[in-house]
Amino acid sequence: MNESITSGQASGMEAAHDFASPRCIAPRHLKRSARHEALRRATNAVMLSFTALTTIVAIIPLLWILVAVVIRGSSAMSLQFLTDTFKPTSMGGGGVWHATVGTGILVFLAALMSTPLGILAAFYLSTHTNTPIGLAVRFGTDVLAGMPSIVIGLFVYTLMVARRGYSALAGSVALAILMLPIMVRTTEEMLKLVPKSLREASLGLGAPEWKTSLSVLLPAAATGVVTGLMLAVARVAGETAPLLFTALGSNTLSTALDRPIASLPLTLYKYAVDPSKVRNAQAWAIALLIVALVLVLNIAARLLAARQSRMMR
Amino acid sequence: LAAVKEMATMDTIQTRREHKTTTASPLSKALKHGDVLFNATIALCALAVLVLMIAIGLMLWASSAPSRSAEGWSFIFSTEWNPVAQVFGAAPFVVGTLITSLVAVLIAVPLGLGIAIFLAELCPLGLRGLLGSMVELLAAIPSVVYGAWGIFVFIPSFVTPLGNWLMNTFGDPNNLVQLPIFAGPFFGASNLAAALILAVMILPTISAISREVLSAVPRSQREAALALGATKWETTWQVVLPYGLSGILGAVILGLGRALGETMAVTMVIGNVAQLSTSLLKPGYTMASVIANQWGESRTVLYSSALLEIGLLLFVMSLLLNILARLLVWAVARRTPEQTE
Repeated sequence: MNESITSGQASGMEAAHDFASPRCIAPRHLKRSARHEALRRATNAVMLSFTALTTIVAIIPLLWILVAVVIRGSSAMSLQFLTDTFKPTSMGGGGVWHATVGTGILVFLAALMSTPLGILAAFYLSTHTNTPIGLAVRFGTDVLAGMPSIVIGLFVYTLMVARRGYSALAGSVALAILMLPIMVRTTEEMLKLVPKSLREASLGLGAPEWKTSLSVLLPAAATGVVTGLMLAVARVAGETAPLLFTALGSNTLSTALDRPIASLPLTLYKYAVDPSKVRNAQAWAIALLIVALVLVLNIAARLLAARQSRMMR
Repeated sequence: LAAVKEMATMDTIQTRREHKTTTASPLSKALKHGDVLFNATIALCALAVLVLMIAIGLMLWASSAPSRSAEGWSFIFSTEWNPVAQVFGAAPFVVGTLITSLVAVLIAVPLGLGIAIFLAELCPLGLRGLLGSMVELLAAIPSVVYGAWGIFVFIPSFVTPLGNWLMNTFGDPNNLVQLPIFAGPFFGASNLAAALILAVMILPTISAISREVLSAVPRSQREAALALGATKWETTWQVVLPYGLSGILGAVILGLGRALGETMAVTMVIGNVAQLSTSLLKPGYTMASVIANQWGESRTVLYSSALLEIGLLLFVMSLLLNILARLLVWAVARRTPEQTE
């Protein structure tokens, strides 16, 4: 029965198969080849469904985390939680306004430091693609992107905290170092997409290189740069490890740059490992805040990038 | 073709420059100074990235000097970590890091490859973008959220039943089959929990890069295999995958690098016990999490420099893995002809 099904459909394929390997000429083998054919088809079907299954398996944890964060987070979420600062659990536990402000300051400062540096470095890389220095810098960017964030925390501690103590500034420097490779890479990618003719036209009109770069190429790649900035912010807004011994964390509302400052992920960590049930519930509410922020930034950046690359083509 | 274009650009720049020099007005001179300044600035910014990377390595090297001179190479192999007695051996952390990361990679590689194959070869175009971004969103979720999810949801509802089953089936000394990697006692927070969460966290890295590699395999390779009568799976497994093999290896190594340095999620679920253990079910400790947990308490110079030396080890590991991964990915990129032009 197997034979009758496959021989009709697959005769062409079989012929090609036999043709390909000179050992399969014997008619005896042709008979076996029909069974062989069925086996190949079965393997094909099984393995292809396996790959579809793996994709589903990968999406399960994403949905699981999102559902857990939304359900558990929303039960502890309230307007008061967002606008209050820290209070002891005996007084209801308070809110996370101080940490929200802290994260805002840390991320804003980090973006302020890494954006210009990243854009200018990307200009260098896009004009020096295959020079030894260009390759070395690109390699440095890749290594920096893969560097464990805790190591960057140690570096900033030794550089700044060891002398001047824990501070918001040290925390934002650590975050800026994490943002830098993302900024460089996305900006460079976007500069590559800008048509060469645009650059040539500007140079041909007598504009100097710096003016061409800053007032022709940069605006053309602006959407891409913004996309990169959003992705970089999304990446560092949830970073905890490099802040442990730079920004340290705090229970008071503070905007001073030379003192320890609170941040959402640090507070989430502290509350999640706290024995108190109230703190645990608050940890989920913070997780909801961070995940919402990070996902919105990520999805917006993706949509923006998709639109941009469609426009460039 | 690109080279010709490059030359054409060079020509335009050169003629422009010649033109400038012949009509040297004060204005154009000033503008040219602007160019020099601009080029110097962007070169400095680019070099700053490189300098930063080197500075991190040098600083870790310099500040871990007390520990390096006190312990030497035995630091990596000595199993006793006792801050009270000022004895520092990093082997429990090195082994913990390697076990959790390798198990995570073992779990994530077949899954990640499956996803990459599905998205690059099979998935209908309409679904491709959506499923691809969903998998990549796993990389966007912050580590500390993974940790909280691990403590409150994943360990009680998945790791604990799985661990108990593994311990009772394979780890029981009364059984016929007894595997030391599943030896108890098991309390939830364990190497296994860390490895499973790491597997989820590195999945997007492995699948996204492998997918890019697979998409870069020339169409003609697939068409040739299909024309010879190969099934879709045979084409993928015997033609497309071998063609992109080194790139996929690169993806796996980058995933491993991710897993080695992961801090918060691991710290929250691994149990943090500084004892050398080769059992997946026992609590452990990793290099990144010992730094995160103990840096604040390291009062003596030797203690903090021992932690800095662990940081240095992490730096060196991630540097070496990056070099290896880049070489592999570059090897594929160089072999594959440009498709767009």
